[in-house]
Parts: sequence; structure tokens; C-alpha cells
Amino acid sequence: MTAEEVRTRIAEQFPGAQSAGDAPVTVMVPADAWVPLARFAKETLGCLFFSFLSAVDWKEEGLEVIAKVDNVDAGISLLLKTRLGSGVSACPSLTDVYRGANWMERECYDMFGIRFEGHPDLRRILLGDDWEGHPLLKSYPVDAPHPPYR
Amino acid sequence: MAVKDVPQIVPVWRNFKDLVEWEQLHQTRPEGDKHSDLFVSLTEGIHNFPGGFALTTVADTFLNWARKSSVWPVTFGLACCAIEMMATFASRFDVERLGMVPWASPRHADLMIVSGTVTIKMAPMLKRIYDQMPDPKWAVSMGSCANSGGPFRHGYHVVKGVDRVIPVDVYVPGCPPPPESLLNGLLLLQDQIAHFQRTGRRAEPTPKVD
Repeated sequence: MTAEEVRTRIAEQFPGAQSAGDAPVTVMVPADAWVPLARFAKETLGCLFFSFLSAVDWKEEGLEVIAKVDNVDAGISLLLKTRLGSGVSACPSLTDVYRGANWMERECYDMFGIRFEGHPDLRRILLGDDWEGHPLLKSYPVDAPHPPYR
Repeated sequence: MAVKDVPQIVPVWRNFKDLVEWEQLHQTRPEGDKHSDLFVSLTEGIHNFPGGFALTTVADTFLNWARKSSVWPVTFGLACCAIEMMATFASRFDVERLGMVPWASPRHADLMIVSGTVTIKMAPMLKRIYDQMPDPKWAVSMGSCANSGGPFRHGYHVVKGVDRVIPVDVYVPGCPPPPESLLNGLLLLQDQIAHFQRTGRRAEPTPKVD
């Protein structure tokens, strides 16, 4: 299966998706097609390897969640993207599809404050439980005081 | 979906009453090494007695010689500086000839070498280990990160210098400092210990760089 075929099949299945590129194939979908797209990538396209999940803060345009999944045998890699929209911090969780998404989504919640709906154990993973704010957001003040140590 | 309430994880030592008391003793203890008022007035009296200073200064010299000849650093590596610290402890640079034995317990140690970046999450643990060391105790800040935050100074998670957490006696610059630098820092510390004034007072920080 080539990247061209992958783009065609995704366009057939998800009319609202915009896909571009060869390696990786970048697919942008609305948030409500996020989990179906991941399930399609895993079960139909054979992308069994969950590489990473992260997010980008585009300030006024809102948050963008990014995940990369690979079909290692066929050499296909998919970069899945979704825009949550301005002021929205809720996103469907991929943990039902990929178990590896569990800690990645916890980290994403830790750093960006995205609440993944349906996540079994959404709490902070890197920062302390008493941390205030989400430091990778653009609105986070870098020199925020964190008493008593700074 | 609302995020679940995060359960507060209680440390194991909070279950033991004597450990809690031990921690509180260290927390509420006055800073530095102090003596009772009786001891201070006694030594002051001897020192101010005509000719008495000879006794106290000789005693100080002897005690300081003993202190500086057996400074045991606690084995406490934080980051890449710890590699250089291990090289300093190992046979090539061999701090044991200065009487320093890297010891794996803060209860028996006199010196803490803060070797690396101190994150905000690590700072309470570092403070706790420092509190567990018996007086008199010293601290060496090793490397740019421990001195000031270094290249991570503007990160959201880094303490901007370990002197915001514990008192520091010698700062060793470098990123990371080579073993020679750390060795020089330890010699400076020994020099500083040798200038302790009458039994137990912390010396004025007058680093003598040759």
C-alpha cells in the first residue's frame, strides 16, 4: 500500500479529513472523528505502533493534538492531527484504541491541560500533584513563582 | 468528564510516630551548629581570661584539623555533574587521601556535594537529606545548574540556585566542572573549615584562591 492509496482510503472513509504528504501522511480531522480515525488507522491500515501523542498551543486558534502511528511492516506512517478550537480543552481519548496512549495523554494533560474524555486515570505524571497551571501553554508565565523555592 | 480527585499519597514514614518526631526535630532545629549558652559563656570566659586564648586557639586548631581531615561527603548525585564527582571519588583523583570517604548515608556524612540541576520536585528531598545530616555540616554547590540554574534557569521547573534551598559554603563553577575543579573546591572547603572560629561557629566566607 502506497501513501497515495492511504490518502484515498482515508478520504473515502472520512470526508471531512484533509490529508497531505507521503512520509508521514498528515491527516487533519475534526475532534469528533478523532477516535474513529485512530481505529481505522489501527484496524484497517494496520498501524499497530503508537509512536507518540503531543499537542501544540496555537494561542488564539486553540490547541492542536498530534499523534503519530506507524505500520512498521508496510512502511506507512500517519501523523494524526485535530484542532480542538479556541478555548476548548476537551478531547476524546485514544486509550480504548491504543493502550500506549495512556501515559502520553497523562503527560499531555500535565503540560497542556487537555482533558481527555474517557481516559481511565487522568492525573499528572511528571509534575508534582500540587502543581498549579500547565507549563507548556503559551499563557503560562515562565518565571512563575513556586514557593518556597523560587 | 471531570478530572478525578487526585488522591494524596502519604509517605511511608508518616505512619511511624518516632520518624515523624525525628523529622520535626530536624525541621525545627536552629540553623547551623550551635552550642548551649552555658558552653558559649564558658568558652568566652576562658578566651577572655588573660592567657586563656592560647588554650582556646590551640583547641580550635586541633578540632578544625580533625574536622577538615575527615569530611565525609554523602553519595548524592543529581545529574551529569555526578559523573565528574564519581571520577573525583575514584582512584585517579582519589579524595580519600584528603580523608573524604563517600558515604551512602546522610546520618554519617558531613558534606553534601550538590552535583546537578535541582528541580522544584527534587528540592524538598534535597532539603530533607540535608536536614538528616548531623552538625557541623557543609555543602558544596557543583556546576552551573546548582550555582544558579545554569542553562535551565528559565525553565519552569528549575530552582534558580541551590542556595535558595540550603546554605552553601563553596561554589564550583563549570558545566560540568572537571574533577580538578571539584578537587580545588574541596580543598577550598578544607581551608574554610580550618578557619572555623572557636568551636562551632561558621567561618566567614573568605575564599583564598591561589
